[in-house]
Amino acid sequence: MKIVIVGDGKVGLALTARLSRAGHDVVVIDRDPRVLEESLQTYDVMVVQGNGACKSVLEEAGINTADLLIAATSSDEINLLCCMVANKMANVHTIARVRSPEYAGQLNFLKDELGLSMTINPEMAAAREIDHLLQFPSFLKRDRFAKGRVEIVELKICADSPLRGKPLSQLYKLIRVKVLVCAVERRGMVYIPSGAFTLEEGDKISVTADSKDLVTLLKNLGLTTERTRSALIIGGSRIAYYLARRLLSSGITVKIIEQDIARCEELAALLPKATIINADGSRQDILRAEGITSTDAVVTLTDMDEENLIISMYATHVGVPKSITKINRAEYVDTFSDLGIDTVISPKDLCCTDIVRYVRAMENTTGGAVQTLHYIVEGKAEALEFVATSATRHLDEPLTQVPIKPNILLSCILRGGKTIIPQGSDCIRLGDTVIVVTTAEQTIRDLGDIFAG
Amino acid sequence: MNCAIISRYLGNLLLLEAAFLVPPAAISASLGEETARRGILLTVGILVVLGLLLRRAGQRSGSTFYAKEGFVLVALAWVVMSFLGSLPFYFSGEIPSLVDCFFETVSGFTTTGASILTDVEAMSKGLLFWRSFTHWLGGMGMLVFLLAVAPGQKGQGFTLHLMRAESPGPSVGKLVPKMRQTAKILYLLYVGLTIICVLFLLAGGMPLFDSLCTAFGTAGTGGFGIKNDSMAGYSIYLQGVCTVFMALFGVNFSVYYLLFRNWRAALKDEEVRLYFAIMLSVSAVIACNIYPQMGSVGMSIHEATFHTSSIMTTTGFAISNFDLWPELSRVLLLVLMIAGACAGSTGGGVKTIRLLLIFKNMKAGFRKLLHPNSVETVKLNGRPVGRSVLEGINTYMSAYCLIAIASLLVVSLDNFSLVTNLSAVLSCFNNIGPGLDIVGPIHNYSTYSDLSKIVLSLDMLLGRLEIFPMLILLRPATYRRRQA
Repeated sequence: MKIVIVGDGKVGLALTARLSRAGHDVVVIDRDPRVLEESLQTYDVMVVQGNGACKSVLEEAGINTADLLIAATSSDEINLLCCMVANKMANVHTIARVRSPEYAGQLNFLKDELGLSMTINPEMAAAREIDHLLQFPSFLKRDRFAKGRVEIVELKICADSPLRGKPLSQLYKLIRVKVLVCAVERRGMVYIPSGAFTLEEGDKISVTADSKDLVTLLKNLGLTTERTRSALIIGGSRIAYYLARRLLSSGITVKIIEQDIARCEELAALLPKATIINADGSRQDILRAEGITSTDAVVTLTDMDEENLIISMYATHVGVPKSITKINRAEYVDTFSDLGIDTVISPKDLCCTDIVRYVRAMENTTGGAVQTLHYIVEGKAEALEFVATSATRHLDEPLTQVPIKPNILLSCILRGGKTIIPQGSDCIRLGDTVIVVTTAEQTIRDLGDIFAG
Repeated sequence: MNCAIISRYLGNLLLLEAAFLVPPAAISASLGEETARRGILLTVGILVVLGLLLRRAGQRSGSTFYAKEGFVLVALAWVVMSFLGSLPFYFSGEIPSLVDCFFETVSGFTTTGASILTDVEAMSKGLLFWRSFTHWLGGMGMLVFLLAVAPGQKGQGFTLHLMRAESPGPSVGKLVPKMRQTAKILYLLYVGLTIICVLFLLAGGMPLFDSLCTAFGTAGTGGFGIKNDSMAGYSIYLQGVCTVFMALFGVNFSVYYLLFRNWRAALKDEEVRLYFAIMLSVSAVIACNIYPQMGSVGMSIHEATFHTSSIMTTTGFAISNFDLWPELSRVLLLVLMIAGACAGSTGGGVKTIRLLLIFKNMKAGFRKLLHPNSVETVKLNGRPVGRSVLEGINTYMSAYCLIAIASLLVVSLDNFSLVTNLSAVLSCFNNIGPGLDIVGPIHNYSTYSDLSKIVLSLDMLLGRLEIFPMLILLRPATYRRRQA
């Protein structure tokens, strides 16, 4: 598929990497020749220098033959203009990044009136993600499928975990909840485990479970599920605003520490129920004075990755039950997981994932397109949700008799209101929602792609 | 440096070269040229064994591949392929000296067309075919061919370094997002134009074998003739066809691609316009200048356009002895040698686009002298040209002058006249072929000593690969294990 990406910033670059590796024809437009040169040398793409909202520039990038345009420059207005111009010039799908809180309320209006296929707001997505995590602080990561009915959650096996040293075949006996361990990350390697796989301390496991069972799962694992009642947010960015609104509405007290006085005043006006502190959140004495030792959760959202990491490490050190770190450059995350930084949020990756899912769905021509796509275990595996259609092969055949490609796991089937953790005797029926986990190199676009024959 | 990946690519290239040696072998076999056939097949055997060994050595290669690896691989590939490609001449005994064989093959691959053969027609047909075929292969580049056919370049951009190192021009870009597709388009255009050229030659009554060899020489802007008198023995029509096609192969190939997509912009391309402007105006001046010698207007124009097209595109075909022309015409041809064809074509030389940018930059610099605080931007086709491109051109020109002077000094050891030596160096360095005086169109390079032949061979490689890949290959620091 031919894709034009306008804006070679953080999101643009991450998209370029994902989409060009997936074999698409990618053209990148940006004003800065230096960043374009870097993209050109790293990925198999073509670049065009100029303003992506200009007709001539879009023409040079071949908008007439393109299938999709993604506008991800730093300016919302340029992004919207890009999509409008492209829509008028050619028959393309358009995705715009719109992230100003002022436009947040009218996203659907903009989408419909300007003929956009999709709008993305990385900050809002990040805030939603953080909010989910704070609901169950014991999970490192939560990915929702089938409109939230099923989740894949990530857990770390601690020294006192009842699962430590046990093979997965005994899982049900130990925790009395029907779940499936679909991926295990051990020292940077990812395994799709079988029943004989034995868990060790330090393993990060991804578990598929019905959302209703999450509380029982935690209880039987011996992990306390104390509710988060207060959160300390360092850095008053856009994410902080979106997050504070969500947390306040679910009754959690919020304190935001922000350095810039003007921003503090803005936040105070927007969020009358939150406590806004004007101070340098990276200073220990200030963190202590604002009660870091007694808060339930710390969320670091400053613009500096380094500051976020250090504050989160300090929070873990003084015993805050949950700390969530925002990181823009996720490549060093592996290095930090040993230092007590487990939960990391990268807004850029979140919105990339949404777009990649959209692209996969566009590519699919047989129906039964990808409904949801999440990258689990730090992007090393994919979890995808499909609906079985009449075009799906091997319907109503017991799974033991269905040939499935290696490194692919059927992790969950939803039928009617029931969640089935599939076993050999189960089968896929028409209309089922199926969740698939894969570490395979090849791209899965359709439920049919998982079958070997 | 990632030696494994270099070794793997090199292995693949040698296998490719072996495959390209099959047609000449078939020709020799069908004509019963026993020694030539044996020589070619022996070379094919060596290429296959070496290729497989190198591929095996490079099996477990990492993925680090930067500009340096690109330069080293391209330069190394050209040297190795030229050396191994010269073996058929040596094994068959048709060129007895190994240095001569190397000179001849380098001249072929670099599309120079400078020859040490005193009697071309005595060669066997199979080897003559190979000799011309090297022009065609070298014209667009073997690595670009490899990029077009090699599968599994998964979204990585490093292949760009290869194309940049092999394709001529100050800023090599892609036509379409995928490198493999870009390389395919270039070769499709190349093959298509070559076939059209062959058809036009056949229509003029030229035998098939001659048509193919001449078309290879024209397409690669090489200039190896298969007759002792180059093109002089053919009809005016055939010479005219060559004039036109030499000029066409000197045009940037991305302009042909643009012609299909947006012909208006293609026709407005500043480089192509300047290229044809220079060609036409120089033809006109030479035609006037040689009119007294020729005696007829038609012949003056025919000879002037043919030789201008031949020299400017760095082909080097000749239809008469232009060394006997008046001094102005001879010097004009010498200057044209340096100018060369368009970037992204099969031609050599400094390239029209560099001349254009040097001139524009000079103009901007001149204005800056008068108005020291003025801000000047150099534009090409309505777009500003980055500082780095202009600086790159300055570096290139400095290296160009130094290498030309150094080669001239070494070649002068042979004690020929200045005109001979200067034209020989410029002719080889810019990949033309014939020069003036002793290396003029009716003579050849056989009188030079072995040392000069090696220096001139290096000049051809330096010229074809635009200097830097070869310099990086020859620089000892490239191979140091620990680098600062």
